[in-house]
Amino acid sequence: MKFDVNHALTWITKANEKIQDNKDYLTSLDQAIGDGDHGINMSRGFKETVAKLSENDYVTVSDVWKDAAMTLMSKVGGASGPLFGTAFLKMSMASKGEEAIDYPIFIKAVEEAVEGVKQRGKATEGEKTMIDVWSPVVKKLQEASDFNAELIRDTAKTAMEATSDLVATKGRAAYLKERSKGHLDPGSVSSYYIFDALADSLEEGA
Amino acid sequence: MAQVGIVLVSHSEKVASGIKDILEQAVGEVNVKAAGGMEGEIGTSLEKIQEALQNISTSEGALIFYDLGSAKMNAEAAIEMLELDNVHVVEAPILEGAYLAAVEASIGKSVQEILESIKKEFPEKG
Repeated sequence: MKFDVNHALTWITKANEKIQDNKDYLTSLDQAIGDGDHGINMSRGFKETVAKLSENDYVTVSDVWKDAAMTLMSKVGGASGPLFGTAFLKMSMASKGEEAIDYPIFIKAVEEAVEGVKQRGKATEGEKTMIDVWSPVVKKLQEASDFNAELIRDTAKTAMEATSDLVATKGRAAYLKERSKGHLDPGSVSSYYIFDALADSLEEGA
Repeated sequence: MAQVGIVLVSHSEKVASGIKDILEQAVGEVNVKAAGGMEGEIGTSLEKIQEALQNISTSEGALIFYDLGSAKMNAEAAIEMLELDNVHVVEAPILEGAYLAAVEASIGKSVQEILESIKKEFPEKG
């Protein structure tokens, strides 16, 4: 199969639904170890993104991701904006010009998203950030030979749950050090919703 | 002659525009734009930063001063997306750093010269 514009649009729409449904939960996670604005920021950013995407007819997946990136970076407000925005921007750049993208390009797009987020946030694996979900997902994508919704969802879920055991060294949670242990990382939970939504879009088909 | 541009990125619209007021009052002719807040709320916006960069003269380069983490990330993204050369995100306290830059820009110093002065004045950040 190929990942086309409809998949891309469904992905964002589903991600928005999950984030809106869990807005208060995300906020409570962020109140525990951050500054408490994650739910509000992500909910505003994704709502605006869905609105923006509904205004246009898209031909390429790359353009969907580009508009998603721009909107997230302009409307989220907090650190999640440039981070999730950069992820979508790098995916857009990696798939430029393709109407529908095949699996190898999709892998490359997500690889570059992770690299972009690492660079933007000056973070790496094991620091209790969204990278701790995105990076394991990329590894599983690389091992598989085709799109696999279940694999993406399960990997993201396991990785998200594992952030509870990590000690934060980046972002606001880093001030808490050891005390950040036992709490899920809010950005990783949002990332799980995003990959869960990606899996939904793959299962629904184009 | 065009002078080095200054963009102020703060989570608060009032903070950014307040610093702009101080620069204009103290230094006079400055090539400065405020890019604070996000739709009246606390936050930073890529769009706003890009607009600011497009609305100042960048022929002599520009310097972006920021307050907190996400402001820096959005500023860096704005520079990359507009593919601007000679525009830098500066590691200095936003008000004091921008003030120093405005004074030096007003007497015709270059981006590199201003960056060196800032490094000397604020060695702890950066």
